Amino acid sequence: MLRALLLAFAVVWTAVSAGAQDLQSVLQENPDLYANPSRRTTEDAVAALVASDLPAVPVFLEKWQAKDVWQRSDGQFFYVTGNGPYTLIDITSGAEVGTADKAQMTQIKPNSGVRAVIGSALVRFQLLDDDMARRSAALDAIARDGTADHLDPLAASIAEEPDPALKQRKERLLALLTARFGTTTDARVAAIDSLSDDISVDVRAVLNQILSSQSAVAASLPEGTNVARIREPGRDMTINEAYAELAAAGLAQSTVSDEILTKALVDNIRNGTVAGTPVVTLNTNEARVAAYRLLVEAGKAQPFVPQDARQAAVEAHVFYDAYVEKDAAVTDAADAALTAITLRVGVMQTADLALDAISLASIYFLAAIGLAVTFGVMGVINMAHGEFIMMGAYTGYVIQQIVPDYTLSLIIALPVAFAVTFGAGVTMERLVIRHLYKRPLETLLATFGISIALQQLAKNIFGTQARPLTSPAWLDGALVFNDVVGISYIRIAIFVLALLFLGLILFILKRTRLGLEVRAVTQNPGMAASMGINPDRINMLTFGLGSGIAGIAGVAIGLYAKVTSEMGTDYIVQSFMTVVVGGVGNVWGTLAGASLIGFLQKGIEFFNPSNTLAAQTYMILFIIVFIQFRPKGIVALKGRAAGN
Amino acid sequence: MTTLLEVSGVSVTFDGFRAINNLSISIGEPELRAVIGPNGAGKTTFMDIITGKTKPDSGHVLWGEKSLNLLGMSESRIAREGIGRKFQKPTVFEAQTVRENLAMALRNDRGPFDVLFYKRSQRDSTRILELAEEIGLLDQLARKAGELSHGQKQWLEIGMLLAQDPRLLLVDEPAAGMTPAEREQTTDLLKRAAETRAVVVVEHDMEFVRRLNCKVTVLHEGSVLAEGSLDHVTKNPEVIEVYLGR
Amino acid sequence: MTRTPLFANRSVLIVLLVLALFTVFVTLASQATGFGWISTSFVKTLGKTLCLCLIAIAMDVVWGYCGILSLGHFAFFGIGGYAVGMWLMYARTEQIVAGSLAGQALPATPEEISAAIGTQIFGVVGSSEFPPIWAFAHSLPLQLLAVVIVPGLLALVFGWLAFRSRVTGVYLSILTQAMTLALALYLFQNDSGLRGNNGLSGLQNIPGLDAWGQDWISIVFFWASALALGLGYLLFSWVVSGKMGSVIRAIRDDEARVRFLGYHVESYKLFVFTITAMVAAVAGALYYPQAGIINPAEIAPIASIYLAVWVAIGGRGRLYGAAIGAVFVSLASSWFTGGGAPDIDLGFYKLVWTDWWLVLLGLSFVAVTLFFPQGIGGLFDFVAVKRQGDFGPDDGSWRSEEGEAK
Repeated sequence: MLRALLLAFAVVWTAVSAGAQDLQSVLQENPDLYANPSRRTTEDAVAALVASDLPAVPVFLEKWQAKDVWQRSDGQFFYVTGNGPYTLIDITSGAEVGTADKAQMTQIKPNSGVRAVIGSALVRFQLLDDDMARRSAALDAIARDGTADHLDPLAASIAEEPDPALKQRKERLLALLTARFGTTTDARVAAIDSLSDDISVDVRAVLNQILSSQSAVAASLPEGTNVARIREPGRDMTINEAYAELAAAGLAQSTVSDEILTKALVDNIRNGTVAGTPVVTLNTNEARVAAYRLLVEAGKAQPFVPQDARQAAVEAHVFYDAYVEKDAAVTDAADAALTAITLRVGVMQTADLALDAISLASIYFLAAIGLAVTFGVMGVINMAHGEFIMMGAYTGYVIQQIVPDYTLSLIIALPVAFAVTFGAGVTMERLVIRHLYKRPLETLLATFGISIALQQLAKNIFGTQARPLTSPAWLDGALVFNDVVGISYIRIAIFVLALLFLGLILFILKRTRLGLEVRAVTQNPGMAASMGINPDRINMLTFGLGSGIAGIAGVAIGLYAKVTSEMGTDYIVQSFMTVVVGGVGNVWGTLAGASLIGFLQKGIEFFNPSNTLAAQTYMILFIIVFIQFRPKGIVALKGRAAGN
Repeated sequence: MTTLLEVSGVSVTFDGFRAINNLSISIGEPELRAVIGPNGAGKTTFMDIITGKTKPDSGHVLWGEKSLNLLGMSESRIAREGIGRKFQKPTVFEAQTVRENLAMALRNDRGPFDVLFYKRSQRDSTRILELAEEIGLLDQLARKAGELSHGQKQWLEIGMLLAQDPRLLLVDEPAAGMTPAEREQTTDLLKRAAETRAVVVVEHDMEFVRRLNCKVTVLHEGSVLAEGSLDHVTKNPEVIEVYLGR
Repeated sequence: MTRTPLFANRSVLIVLLVLALFTVFVTLASQATGFGWISTSFVKTLGKTLCLCLIAIAMDVVWGYCGILSLGHFAFFGIGGYAVGMWLMYARTEQIVAGSLAGQALPATPEEISAAIGTQIFGVVGSSEFPPIWAFAHSLPLQLLAVVIVPGLLALVFGWLAFRSRVTGVYLSILTQAMTLALALYLFQNDSGLRGNNGLSGLQNIPGLDAWGQDWISIVFFWASALALGLGYLLFSWVVSGKMGSVIRAIRDDEARVRFLGYHVESYKLFVFTITAMVAAVAGALYYPQAGIINPAEIAPIASIYLAVWVAIGGRGRLYGAAIGAVFVSLASSWFTGGGAPDIDLGFYKLVWTDWWLVLLGLSFVAVTLFFPQGIGGLFDFVAVKRQGDFGPDDGSWRSEEGEAK
């Protein structure tokens, strides 16, 4: 098609441009057309340039549009650089060809109408440019704000497009433009139909634009109105609202508002009275209205519009929303397409919500899995667990200060964080918890003491402001499925990490000697001891393991959230909830608890997305109620072993 | 002798393990009954069911003249109906005095406000002295229960049981860890109690059971294996097999 | 008249005497009624400390005597503060609004006044409508009633749910903490109707008492706090003495056994939980007018944990211990964080107490738990009769029994 177009231009302009081999000569054939362009003549001027098919034309158009073309007093066109005397640049070759004084040169300043014409001509070139980046940029420009002018060049460029991906983009963009600016109803409806399985934001924007409507009121429906909906007073709006709209449209007398009433009363105060009523008694609405009625009777104020008059006025008019788009076939098609798309978007949003929920559940799981070991398996309640998470995160931060390569520092940070918190856990077990095994409430309090001490210690060392834990570049960005469904790589990494931990913990507890001994010690320490297991050692190792996992979780959480000395407190209650809801003493239970809490929180947020606080509140209330019905959690141990 | 407690067709399962299997026992009033059986026969679970600690999967537990169903009741309600229980391990409130322990157990209104506005009466004081006399702790009333010897704690617990004035007393291994003299005293105490009420004693020790000289029920794998006098059941070949192994 | 068990306990008389002497002393030393030895702001600090003592003894009853480690009593304290704060803020704003509307040409209608108060109070959260929970804010008696009724009902419902399903021990602690967290998060929202994280402010101005001045108001609130503490101490001494005390201590030590004695353990716990919640709310209602401001951060779970810290350090299981703990820790805390404690130069590092106080508190708390489970109050045993028997409500309780539900 483009070839045909070019051919047509060529035929028309052959006579004029015959023999003209460079751009300057083409321009000089009709210099006035370029020096003083007007909206009307520019079409011809641009056509002539296009017809010349010279390689320098696109650059000239760009410069022309950008007001970078100057005319010398002899009529020759140049680009210039410098600031008086100007350096002249030849418009054909791009080489410097001398200098000129300010007085000799006139800047050509096309008006905005002309620039638009030039722009759309430019698009033709850009869309066919050999450089793929420029073609892509042109498409971006059209996508950003496309006009009817782009329709033809875009359509013409599709056949020539060598790159399949770009070709697809062009076709899609063409459909979007056609839907809005197509010349025939059929073409527009066809374009809209072709878009109805596309859920991307730009398609929805275009459809909404086509479906934009305005509220109006009239005595009767005007001819040729494309009605979006008729608003029925009494059903869609109250009579008074309808009347207010009438009054605002100038179709009825305005009612007496509180402001008018008050103003009338104030204006008519005479010697401390209004129409004979003392001002001091006007301290209720009833008294004010009564005084105002007296003013009306005296002809000093605008009368009230009685209710039946309002009713009658409202009934005499029709209230409606009218589409800006006049073509009903187009709006119907757009409406149908938008309905279909909205449905698909709803499905996709659910999918996206599920992804969000899974990633939140992974975070809760990571935060809680260490607790599942110390609290769930050993029965030790560790309020400083959150601070172990914080310690892990700070370890990651410190290592990033030493090792600048983010990937490497992350690889180092994970085992180091484990080692640091493992050490902290073992120390705490040796010094404090060991002495409190039979006093769970006191363990709670003592570990809480450690928690506030650790928090303040972190504050003293690292300060109060949040420290960044930067993720490596390959974790930046997101896996995007479409405009609705997407998930960041960090969240995927956290999910994978959570799965790894689930596997690791299950392996350790079920398949290793340590796990066997841990289970033996927790079930019957005396018997385990008599079989040659050292319960002290096992308790120490188990507690260290749980704490170490908290450290690794800290690194992961630090990548996703800010590292502060108080970050542990954000997770501690939720983590305990996760373990309790899931069922104590069972790693699968923790998984179930984390999933339940994650999905629930996201689900509640879906209904009230602006309010995460409310979501957390309702989630906690739910958990309190949930524990009523399943006090032992989702995955409950049964029987005598659980009871006594 | 009328029937006080009727356990019929009760079964309970823990994780697939049948702790009690279609158990039926009836206890009269007054009666002294010994329940014996090897480990895991379901003796403790049997008591748990009666006192409401464990809810069975099926069966009935009927109580008293009106044949009340005990299964729907809370532990405290069952206790107020007149069933007292003594645990295997002596559980008295060690931080409180013997007098406080007994006063708490005395048969009185049990509501929080009744207790809050409770005034010590002459009748209650007398009753505490009588009970202390009975269990031989008269001169220990002001001491903390935690300072008593093991045997004294057992007696205090029995005393608390008697203070509740129950119609049915469930006693789990009362003689465990007692000296021979203490055992003899305990036997007398239980026998005296059984003159006016029903007393069920769960015991391992055959010598102790022989001294109680009462009807014996042998439990095995959650149901009744044999019932009758001690001499009768010890002659039963099945009982011998269960006790002596195969 | 025979001596009741309540006054048989000499410590009650001693505590009340000390409280009375202290009140007389502060009255003599204050600026309004005495020689002005202590500043008005310090009178307020002392008054607030008395309120903290009151909630601490309530906490001691529920934890030290009944064995329920509630991490939620500061929620009740906060609700009490909010309830009284709503009236204070409403009445105060009404005065201001009435003053500003008096300049109008027409006298204001009730609707205009109400709308103006609404705009004044809720402007900070971008609203001007009165939320339904402010329905009684205009009435002091109704809001005072709310001080005890709302926390009482909340404690009753929450306690009923929790105790009914036999949630005990650390599980119950976590559940109460969750309740506090839920309440705090709820109040942090702007549309909670209680001004979000702005909270209620200007509570130190008592409507109708403008002529009095803060020096008088502070001493009146100090008296009220002392009276409340005295009455609360008497109430709880009565509850934990006699047979009731015997039963609730028995519940702490072995609740299953108490159940088999025929006591409905849940009712007792509910009674203790609810009555302590109501007293905590009264303490809050007296505390916040002295503090001047209340916001949701006051209710955060950490506050309730500190409450447990006070009681543990002071010595639980004895009411005066809890009061001592509250006084000792809160005054020490303001001494250390207020810059009263001298910094220690270690040569290589300068120990600044504002930074290190929490570390010290945390570690000393661990030390108290490990080595002095009887707390400061335990020191009195050395001077008084040696206490006998085994102390420690947690001894002999097992995790597997907690959270058990049948």
